[in-house]
Amino acid sequence: MISIKNLHASIDGKEILKGLNLEVKAGEVHAIMGPNGAGKSTLASVLAGREEYEITAGEVIFDGVDLLEMSTEDRAREGLFLAFQYPIEIPGVSNINFLRTAMNEIRAYKKEDPISAKEFMALVKEKSALVELDAKLASRSVNEGFSGGEKKRNEIFQMAMLEPKLAILDETDSGLDIDALRIVANGVNKLKTPNNASIVITHYQRLLDYIVPDFVHVLYNGRIVKSGPKELALELEEKGYDWIKAEFAE
Amino acid sequence: MKEQAVIEQSFAHSIDWKLDGDFVLNEALRANALTYLSENAFPTTRTEAWKYTRVTKIKNNSLHIASAAPIAELAPIDAAAISLVFVNGHFDATRSASDFPAGMKVIPLSQMDEAERNVLGEIDAQKTDLFSAINTAYATDGVYIHVSARVQIAPTIAITHITTGDHVLVNLRHIIHLEKFAELNMIQHNTTDSGENAFSNIINQVYVGENARLTIDKLQNESELAFHHATEFINQQKDSVFTINTITLNGGWVRNNLNCFVNGVNCETNLNGAYVLTGNQHVDNHTVVDHMVAHCNSNELYKGVIDGKATAVFNGKVFVRKDAQKINAFQSNGNVLMSLDASVNSKPELEIYADDVKCSHGSTTGQLDEEAVFYLRARGLSEASARQLMVGAFINDVFEKIENEHVVAWIHDEISKRFNWSFE
Amino acid sequence: MGYTEDDLAKDLENSEYKFGFTTDIESDKAPLGLNESIIRFISAKKEEPEWLLEYRLNCFKIWSEMTEPNWAHVHYEKPDFQAISYYSAPKQSKKYESWDDVDPEMKATMAKLGISMEEQQRLTGVAVDFVMDSVSVATSFKSKLKELGIIFCSFSEAVQEHPELVRKYMGSVVPATDNFYAALNSAVFTDGSFCYIPKGVRCPMELSTYFRINEANTGQFERTLVVADEGAYVSYLEGCTAPQRDENQLHAAVVELIALDNAEIKYSTVQNWYPGDKDGVGGIYNFVTKRGICETNAKISWTQVETGSAVTWKYPSCILKGDHSIGEFYSVAVTNNFQQADTGTKMIHLGKNTKSTIISKGISAGKSQNSYRGLVQIHKNAANARNFSQCDSLLMTDECGAHTFPYIECKNPSAKIEHEATTSKIGEDQIFYCLQRGISEEKAISLIVNGYCKEVLNQLPMEFAVEAQKLLSISLEGSVG
Repeated sequence: MISIKNLHASIDGKEILKGLNLEVKAGEVHAIMGPNGAGKSTLASVLAGREEYEITAGEVIFDGVDLLEMSTEDRAREGLFLAFQYPIEIPGVSNINFLRTAMNEIRAYKKEDPISAKEFMALVKEKSALVELDAKLASRSVNEGFSGGEKKRNEIFQMAMLEPKLAILDETDSGLDIDALRIVANGVNKLKTPNNASIVITHYQRLLDYIVPDFVHVLYNGRIVKSGPKELALELEEKGYDWIKAEFAE
Repeated sequence: MKEQAVIEQSFAHSIDWKLDGDFVLNEALRANALTYLSENAFPTTRTEAWKYTRVTKIKNNSLHIASAAPIAELAPIDAAAISLVFVNGHFDATRSASDFPAGMKVIPLSQMDEAERNVLGEIDAQKTDLFSAINTAYATDGVYIHVSARVQIAPTIAITHITTGDHVLVNLRHIIHLEKFAELNMIQHNTTDSGENAFSNIINQVYVGENARLTIDKLQNESELAFHHATEFINQQKDSVFTINTITLNGGWVRNNLNCFVNGVNCETNLNGAYVLTGNQHVDNHTVVDHMVAHCNSNELYKGVIDGKATAVFNGKVFVRKDAQKINAFQSNGNVLMSLDASVNSKPELEIYADDVKCSHGSTTGQLDEEAVFYLRARGLSEASARQLMVGAFINDVFEKIENEHVVAWIHDEISKRFNWSFE
Repeated sequence: MGYTEDDLAKDLENSEYKFGFTTDIESDKAPLGLNESIIRFISAKKEEPEWLLEYRLNCFKIWSEMTEPNWAHVHYEKPDFQAISYYSAPKQSKKYESWDDVDPEMKATMAKLGISMEEQQRLTGVAVDFVMDSVSVATSFKSKLKELGIIFCSFSEAVQEHPELVRKYMGSVVPATDNFYAALNSAVFTDGSFCYIPKGVRCPMELSTYFRINEANTGQFERTLVVADEGAYVSYLEGCTAPQRDENQLHAAVVELIALDNAEIKYSTVQNWYPGDKDGVGGIYNFVTKRGICETNAKISWTQVETGSAVTWKYPSCILKGDHSIGEFYSVAVTNNFQQADTGTKMIHLGKNTKSTIISKGISAGKSQNSYRGLVQIHKNAANARNFSQCDSLLMTDECGAHTFPYIECKNPSAKIEHEATTSKIGEDQIFYCLQRGISEEKAISLIVNGYCKEVLNQLPMEFAVEAQKLLSISLEGSVG
């Protein structure tokens, strides 16, 4: 699905990713954990195509194509979805209008016909139930006046609507209470198929009780320094990151 | 004699100027100012900056420059402060401190030798307007305060301006210079001892060096028959913080022209103001914050309570120059009208030439929340005390910005005396 | 690399004025210049009654003694008032009896503008009074309106047919002495629209006029007068497009609205005069005086979407004279390239319990300057007056400017006035969020801008809202469309 090799990225001349390697296959869930400032969000931003970051070395192959050569919107159209850590508010633009525009642009890219209004509304109903999102929120402005939990659920709702090949969840669990966390995780689990994959970026092991990863990676100092089965997450929860820091200090 | 003629020409023959003082600014500057005065008349309400404020009463007031005269004792606002007193525009050595902390220079302009004064003369007001020109031509004194680099002055410096006698013209020029990393807190207190129709025209020229911090609490509490025009020219260097709290409690005609030129990045500029007016008072606050460079914050909060036949004017201007990106500028003006004859004119302006900025302004005018007044009355308060409580809470937002607790106590006390309000 | 703001800026520069073409129709033109005999010429051409000629001559005298205002935040070369022709009319000697009689070329012009008249008549029930240059050439739906006693005709026709109404109301809201351009208009106006809704009548359709400047060196001095008698209601639409020109053209219209007791007037404008090219050459000077007066319980609502003109100077205003009257102003002003706009509103509260709402959305792109200037004035007797103003500015480039000059004057303690203003950049984060969902940059900008303007666009009648959105796209998105 995605193959990241020796990825180096920097912002304002400061190197954040320092040779990152990661291989994700279809049907897998990978968790990326690590202390603050390790480069977790940078990885998400670089994969989605934020322009502030400069790629200095490495390659990323996404489903057979060179991801780094593509524009942000083409990456999205190819099936890469980023659930934002801080979802953006767009005043005056309804969630529905926003999603329909997105969906039809993706369809146009794939040379498919636009979705009919009826089909679209049926899909909205089905998918919003998945994340227990109030139907009223669908007609409100994108994320405007949403609570923290509603914003995160809205991200998963969008993911459900757009059916990406690879979803990157950037700290989707931060700021959620346990009920919201369960809803979000449930949504993600239901969307799992043998043909898609997710990368779950998180700080806490808590989320991984609900979204069970196939692999856990520890990101530290711009590199993946340790990989293991889901038990690694528990070990990290218990022992913290200090032993990682001590072991891999420069 | 030549000066007399110039004055008569520009002030329409109506002012009897007695020019028997020693003027402190250097001759070249004064000559320019006199030329300016000879070529310009007083502004009328057709001039945008004077749309809501008439200067006729000053124009028709026969003013003269007076010498110092005996005054009644005045209790200090902040007993721990280092006090400098000016009576009728002249430094009063007997009432003023003579010892100052290390690292600072405090010299009355009238006591400077001419060579020193000439150096100061080069610091001219950035922009010339009529009242600045009058000040330049006729300033009789002022103080030069210099704080050396990295020196933090612990005690507050309190400057008191007192006028006594009728038709007195006072022009004072203060020059405040903070070198980098210096810190200073000041009070400027304007008051009337006795007399009617005095006109004070005071300029503060301020330089806030790199990473320096300056706070001025400007307290205006003159008689209802006094005229007051105050101008500040503030030059902020990078990383500096400048705060000025302009509190107008009394004074018949007051105009404040506050000009902040933010010349360095990462500065903070805080302008707070409160005015509590009644009778025939007319108070006009004009502020300008000019963001010349990027990454700065400015905050402005002005609130007023207007009773009787008083008029308040607020004009706040924020400029964000081209390329001054990442500016956050906030401005807010609130007014409560307490009587049928009171009025307010508010004009908050934004002029923005950069694109990556966050600027906002808000202005509200209204009366007290009647529901809340009713609620308080239902709890047993009289209507009058309910209103006082509400109005006190409204204006107190501004007083809460003042760090010097002696100043806050003094303001509360003065307002209680004059309006019988109480503050919690 | 994605689509950056620089790319956007480039696209905007290249966006050609879509409606820039001229129609070749011979016209009957007055010689250049302005003096008493030109005014007599105009008046004679239009076979006006003596009182109107007197009115014009008096206004000319007033104007001659005035000087051009310069307080607005705009800079331009002052027009030479002696280099303008003050009268131009298509040469057809008689009026059209039916739509079929209209010059085919003129029909083609309208088709290009996207206002096929048949279609409008059939689909929308909009009665269109089409003004080509200065003389009304086609009016429709007249008979239906006539049944209800509604008068909707060209100003000239009203002068002939309903002189008592014109004489009573013309100049009653905007006197000639009001300002330089109003005085000029009062002296030389050539035509415009007149509308009268009788007592208690609710006009069943949107009334619409399309204005268009079509003759080189022709000043346009339209005059519109809308009178809603007691308890009447009317929604009036005004739309403007103008062909591309190299020299500047002056447009100084006067619009007067009169809402008598319990009446309501909704006046919507989509303005798209030629704004000049990307170097700031050419374009219309638009100096308009629009004002309405509300009697007791009456309501006037101005809605405008402005994307055109090189220089705009315009403040649709409401005089809230009657108790409980309501004034509203909803505006979107877009400026691009070298356009300059100084627009806003005046809400004059005279009566008790009067209410006003101001929603202004400015969008600045290119090197343009966009200013909001508004006055909220509460007079001494306007007890319990209420005003809410919101002025937002959106900046698209780092070379444009957005300015806010609200004047708030309050002389009554029971009044409540709230003013809010914000200025911000179109959010890079918002664009990135859209991109990440697969939406193209141009579409993203269009979505965000339309969302930003939504409160105003919602005020427009449906078919006008669509046109307005189209204009926003043309003005801001270059090749998109």
